[in-house]
This record gives sequence, C-alpha cells and structure tokens, in this order.
Amino acid sequence: MINAVGRELPEKIGSYVVKPFLGTGLAKDDYGPVVSNRRPTLKPASGTKLVATLEDAIKASGLQDGMTISFHHCFREGDKIIGQVLTAIRNLGIKNLRFAPSAVVNVKNPSVVEFVKDGTISRIEASGIRGELGDAVINGDIELDEPVILRPHGARPRAIESGDLKIDVAFLGASAADEYGNATGQVGPNACGSMGYAFVDALNAAKVVIVTDNLVDYPCCPISISQQYVDFVVKVDEIGDPAKIGAGAARMTKNPRDLMIAQYTANAIAASRRFKDGFSFQTGAGAIPIAITNFLAEKMEEREIKASFALGGIPAAIIDMYEKGLVRVVACSQSFDAVAAKAIAANPGVIEIDNAVYSNIYAKGCMLDRLNFGVLGALEIDTDFNINILTGSSGEMMGGLGGGPDVADGADISVVTLPLVRGRTPSVVPKVFTLCTPGSSVAMVVTEAGIALNPAHKRYEELKEDLAAAGIKTVTIEYLCELARSIVGTPKPIETTDRVVAVVEYRDGTVIDVIRHLKR
Amino acid sequence: MEIRKTAVAGTLESSDIMVTIRPNPGKGLQIELESVVLSMFGDEIRKTVEEVVSSFGIEDAVVELQDKGAIDCVIRARVSAAICRAAETKFDWSAFDPENGREEA
Repeated sequence: MINAVGRELPEKIGSYVVKPFLGTGLAKDDYGPVVSNRRPTLKPASGTKLVATLEDAIKASGLQDGMTISFHHCFREGDKIIGQVLTAIRNLGIKNLRFAPSAVVNVKNPSVVEFVKDGTISRIEASGIRGELGDAVINGDIELDEPVILRPHGARPRAIESGDLKIDVAFLGASAADEYGNATGQVGPNACGSMGYAFVDALNAAKVVIVTDNLVDYPCCPISISQQYVDFVVKVDEIGDPAKIGAGAARMTKNPRDLMIAQYTANAIAASRRFKDGFSFQTGAGAIPIAITNFLAEKMEEREIKASFALGGIPAAIIDMYEKGLVRVVACSQSFDAVAAKAIAANPGVIEIDNAVYSNIYAKGCMLDRLNFGVLGALEIDTDFNINILTGSSGEMMGGLGGGPDVADGADISVVTLPLVRGRTPSVVPKVFTLCTPGSSVAMVVTEAGIALNPAHKRYEELKEDLAAAGIKTVTIEYLCELARSIVGTPKPIETTDRVVAVVEYRDGTVIDVIRHLKR
Repeated sequence: MEIRKTAVAGTLESSDIMVTIRPNPGKGLQIELESVVLSMFGDEIRKTVEEVVSSFGIEDAVVELQDKGAIDCVIRARVSAAICRAAETKFDWSAFDPENGREEA
C-alpha cells in the first residue's frame, strides 16, 4: 500500500501490522482507557526496597524470557546503566527480550550489538538506533525477526498507554535516590538534569527498578520519580561518565556558515508577527541552534520583549536567557549540559517536565502545541519539505527521530535549519531517503543560500507577508535543490533490498516510512 | 608526460582529497579509492581521475585517493597538482587562458 506521503509500505512486517500515515491533523481520537502494566503493590516486607545487586533486582522483578525492558536516555552518551543491566541479564541467562529504551545512545563497551548477537535481545523499539546498533541492523549484520520500531518522542507515551508497548521491567537510572525509591537526576555527581523520558516508564511498567550510584537519606529531595511507582532500588559503583552526560556550556560556534544560517533564522523569526511579548520557542542543542538562541536573545533585548516559555531539550544558552530575565519559564524535557542540569534545582522558573506533557499527541494537548516557533535540524529535506532525520547519505543510521516530527506538527511556525551541502553530500534533495517528518508540517527552511517558504504550509501567506515587510528575500526549495546539485553533482541512488528492517512511526502511531536493508 | 617519483597533493580535511601518485612503469593506470561518499560518488570520482590523468598524456601510474567529500573541481585540482609534482614539471596555466587560443581544459 502507499501512504499519504507516497511511501510504499508492506501490509505486515513480521507480526507488525502497518497502519498507513493518513496526513497531519488526521490522528484518530477514539482510544479506550489508558492501558497500564502498573501493579498495585504493598510495601516491602523487609522495610526497604534496596537490593544488593542488579542480578538480585532482576530476579526479584520476575523478568523472564520474551519480556520487555526499558530505559531512559537522559544520561546520553555517558550512560553506564544499560551496559551493566544487560550484562546482569545475560549472566542470569534470560533471553529474547524486547529492548525498548526511550532512545538508543551509542553505548560502547559493551555494545548493544553484542546482546543482540547472543540472543539476550531479539526486538528493539526506540526513537533512534544511532551508532553501531543501527549500522548492524541496516547492513544486515544482525537479523531480527521483528522490525525495529522507531518512534518520535511524542509517539512513545502513546504506544505505552495504548498497550502497543507494554513494559515489564523499567530500569531507571537516577543520580540520587533513597532506599524507598524516591529518585531524581537533578543532584549528585552524575546529575543529568531532567528525567523527562523516565516518567511514562515509571507510571506504566509492571516493575520499576531505580539504579543509582548516589544513595541519599530518606526522603531524597527533590523528588522526580516518586516512591509510589518504584519496586526496587540498586546501588552500583557508577551510573555514568559526567563528561559525556553533559559537558560545560557549548561555546558559540565560529563557523561562518553556521553563524550565517543562525542569523538568517533569527531574522526570519524576528520578522514574524508572532515574535512579540509573551511568545514561546524551542531551539534545541547543536552549533546552529545555540547561535540562533543567542541571536534571538539579542533581538529580544533590542525590542524589549520577553518570552513566556522555552521548551524541550535545554542547553546553557537558554538558562542564560532565563537569568537575564528574557524567559519566564524554561520547561525541560531533557537537559543538554551540566549548566542546564543544575539549573532546575536552582531556579523556580526552570522546571522538569514529563516527555508525555512535552510531546504526546494524546496528552489532551501537549506543551509543544503551544509553541510559536520550533527550530529543527535535519539530515535532508526534499522539494516537498519532507524531512529525513534518521539516515545518512549512504543509507547509514545517523540520528534519532527525537521530538522533531512532534515540534513541526505542534509549533505555529516550524523552521528547518541546515547547510545546503555537507562535504559532497547534498542536504536539499529531490526526495528524502527516509521520510520522518511530513512536509505539510514544515513552514520554512533556512540555508546559507537562502530561505524557502513552504507554499503548502497553513501559515504560508502570513509568513510571506511578514518576511516581505521586513525586506527578507526568499527563494524556492527547487532553487536550493538545483543549487546543491550544481555544486556536488548527482549522487547515485542508494540501493536497498525488499527486506524491511525498521518501521518509522509518526506521532499518532501510523507508519510514515520504512527502512529497508541496504544492498552492498 | 611521465610519472618520475611519488608525489602528494591535498589534505585529509573535510571536503578535501589527498592524492598520492606513484610510478607504475608499463602497468597502466591503477586507482585506489577510499571515500566518505563512495556509494554516492565513487564512480564519478574514478571517471574524473581517469579523465585528468589522460589529459596529461599519462598511461602508467598508481593513484591513491583518500577522499573526504571533495567536490569535482577540487578533485581535478588536487590530481593535477599531484601529477605535476610527480612528473617534476610545472602546471601549464596557459591551458586555462582562452586568449591563448586554446580551449578550457
């Protein structure tokens, strides 16, 4: 069958039944009650939830072959929990698990690939499978019976609460916890800041294990994950590498191309009628977003306006704006560096939010629906403004879906920023290799070679008028695509087999695209 | 023109290509290509290199390419520079001067 964005999909992949993407704004609204795996449970007879080792916690949780385990990715590349838990599970001889973290970070030593190869893991569901695992899946080095299911952040809570993804045991890392299960990521030597991606797991898993390296006196304060959801607490030597969890504040880029893209983006946002006192925005992390954030701060000071809130994954640059009084509330679903991680405990207006209220399309309205501006990165954009944030130019797994598809859909004005070419790889192409975010939800794209507005976006006329009034010239997406081609040439198309290795879900749980095995 | 010695042009920086040319007497043109964009542009890169090498009238050479995503004009420039160094000759800029009555190379 062919879905609303023209992608050809099989009806069924393994046991996965494909529901084709119908278009933005067409999500069904007749779900039954929330399905939770949470068990009403009496207090522990021993008076403590503390168990001696991970093996003890796994045994006590009742984990068995074929069950589903989950993790959050708030420790990012510095995570040392996933490796330790999977090793303990392997030592106990438990096999064929469904591995369902909020995202697979590139965990090395041991790598997740090893646990797939030895049969500990046989199914994977996450927002992205960047790194070694992704490459192994797409190259066919590991063969799974079921396709990998990739979901944007906003789709995971839906999958869990609809019963599509029932979690048996959630292993949730915390940088501080007490023996009765209260836990947080905001304090302690390995603080990660917001634990936004852990809440839905804590609320809905059959058993919840808190893994910490920093056991504190009861009650732990602040409390992010409450004791009422926690079954066991384990203390390990180390839950992460602080240097990789979040380094210091990223310095402003000196790359002239990135600065140019950032300046163009800030100019376009400032030209909008929605850039006024009380506006809201999400810019994200990375060189271009941080430069955009700094340029926006300058424009806000010039015009003497304040933002009502900044949302999403938060870097130090946003905390800096808060401290200058430029933003009233900073709602953190994730904290991208050490400055942002510590800012939640220190500032009343910097708050930790559940990923579900950040991005879940079925949350009775989520926070990103209230965004005026959402800035997104991308690997590729095509002439229909469709975005690829998963696969690179040679078809390799490069990124994760993250909240990009959600932000594009929710924000009044979504802005994709990217360089026209990266090395010899064109970023503006006739057709994206993997379609992750539908073009209908993308308002404009900003490159160093110009800004293109999407004529199919609902705010096209408004933006066209505002940009023209500010004297900002635009180009067409076809012009950008042809310019990129004239610089790098025409790449040979990526060849794939018919075998589907991954399903890309949209935020409403329909299938927007699939990823096929690469022909080598 | 003849390749007399081993010579190098280019760097391993992103968007550049490092070209190493070695003599290969009587054994024809041998291209060894490593590229970050191999699946997309491997064939085109080979074609460009063959074209540049033959434009210098060279038949025997080993050309080793470590490509970091260089665009076509960069590849042509680096290969030309490596050839001139390996052949111990100067680049003939007049070939690019239409006033000189010759076609652009």
